[in-house]
Amino acid sequence: MRQAGSTTGHSRWSAAAAALIVVALTLVMVLAAGCGSEADEGGGEAASGGQVKADQLILATTTSVKDSGLMDDLVLPAFNEAQPQIEVKLIAVGSGEAMAMGERGEADVLVVHSPAAEEEFMAQDYGTLRLPVARNYFAIVGPADDPAGVGGTDSATAAMKAIADSESLFVSRGDDSGTNTKELGLWEAAGVEPSGDSYIETGQGMGETLRITNEKQGYTLTDLGTYLSMKDDLDLVVLTKESDDLANYYSVIIVNQNLHPTVNAAGAEQFADLLVSRQIQDALADYGRAEFGQPLFAPNASALGR
Amino acid sequence: MELILEGIVEAFRLLFGGDADVYQIMLRSLWVSGLALLVASLIGLPLGVTLGLSEFRGRHLTVATVNAGMGVPPVVVGLLVSLLLSRNGMFGFLRLLYTNWAMVVAQVLIALPLVTGLSLAAVQQLDPGFRLQIVALGAGRLQAFWLLLKEIWVTLLAAVMAAFGGIISEVGAVMMVGGNIRGQTQVLTTGVVEETRAGRFPTAIALSIILLLLVFAASLAMTIVQQRGRRHA
Repeated sequence: MRQAGSTTGHSRWSAAAAALIVVALTLVMVLAAGCGSEADEGGGEAASGGQVKADQLILATTTSVKDSGLMDDLVLPAFNEAQPQIEVKLIAVGSGEAMAMGERGEADVLVVHSPAAEEEFMAQDYGTLRLPVARNYFAIVGPADDPAGVGGTDSATAAMKAIADSESLFVSRGDDSGTNTKELGLWEAAGVEPSGDSYIETGQGMGETLRITNEKQGYTLTDLGTYLSMKDDLDLVVLTKESDDLANYYSVIIVNQNLHPTVNAAGAEQFADLLVSRQIQDALADYGRAEFGQPLFAPNASALGR
Repeated sequence: MELILEGIVEAFRLLFGGDADVYQIMLRSLWVSGLALLVASLIGLPLGVTLGLSEFRGRHLTVATVNAGMGVPPVVVGLLVSLLLSRNGMFGFLRLLYTNWAMVVAQVLIALPLVTGLSLAAVQQLDPGFRLQIVALGAGRLQAFWLLLKEIWVTLLAAVMAAFGGIISEVGAVMMVGGNIRGQTQVLTTGVVEETRAGRFPTAIALSIILLLLVFAASLAMTIVQQRGRRHA
């Protein structure tokens, strides 16, 4: 027995040392990260994601709005200044999914761009208030040599028809987003049932869809913001003008608290108020100009508040 | 190609220029996955070793459950956790959805079967005669357990590291339960997804490089310990 103990003594030490190292490393990692992010985020809310704030507001918005940086850079800082007690959780999903979250009461306020679906949403009483916020234009982009001749058409429906007639590749989001809904509406208006090898659905966001379109040198419908932010890396050009049938309207919707008592309707109202306020509407008119040489949105609140 | 080079240059500028956002995202990833790993290891290692050593009714079923758990796609765990934590879900009152805690919960659930299953396998790989032998040599119960641990600790460590690699690289579940909220729950993997979606490749590449470095560092540490363990054993 003694003998067994002495021969294993050496490796016992190394085992203990290694175990210690693992524990220490994990602890250091956890502590360092914990302290670090606490310091970075300015006070205690690192780990919990902010249990310091009393009020939580879940904002479901479209990926294009989040990706443009509009919310994170402009709206949320302003909201945080006005309502520091409310913590906003910005969840980026497609317009369809955002409204589905609203239906279930999983979100308090929505910023979406899918007018027909929004009207349906309001008609079914899932929302208590819907206000116009901003407007811009979708664009059909495609290869510079434009084999379908989209550049020569005078309306979006004519453009879609030209793409279908020439059997050029069209890349669809296919994700029930506002952009996807708009695209399907255009096909319907053009009297085309998109199908076959020249129509593919990515099921992904605008950025990925633009990249796929670029690789395959096809056509797609895009919001302007995402296209402009990627323009330098794409061999795709805008082929349509800013016509009414490509208008893209963004609205804010307050989810119905009567259906779901957990909905933070008061916070949602304050958020909607801010979006249509003169402060945000004025800032909106300029947003993106510095980076892209043109604003990404036009203010569209019908009745300007304070 | 140009895009990649540009991205890498910008990535290093972000990395070494001390970009606060990038560091914050890295620290959050480490915090979430580190904590999840700690919890999963504290539960999974003893559980796996005990399961490997003990005999009881229903052991086969338990082992099968653990092994099946190792194969559960993380995205399914994400869906489950997000449903449970959502406002109308069973644990909605905790208000945990879209917080770092929700991501920790999801990652613990992903890592736990991995740690348990791999440590269980480590025990079972031992020569069945080994236990008999040490007991025959007169080792006490505790002493036998200690000798056994000494025999398999490197494999146990490998189990922990495998779980770490699994959870820190995982994107679907943390996207669903964390929500990828900037400044709150954005981690390395969800950051890469968002930056790619929005066409901001340099940041996406910077975050990817950090992720790569972390996973490499973990496997390097693992290799070093393994080599040293072999030399000393």
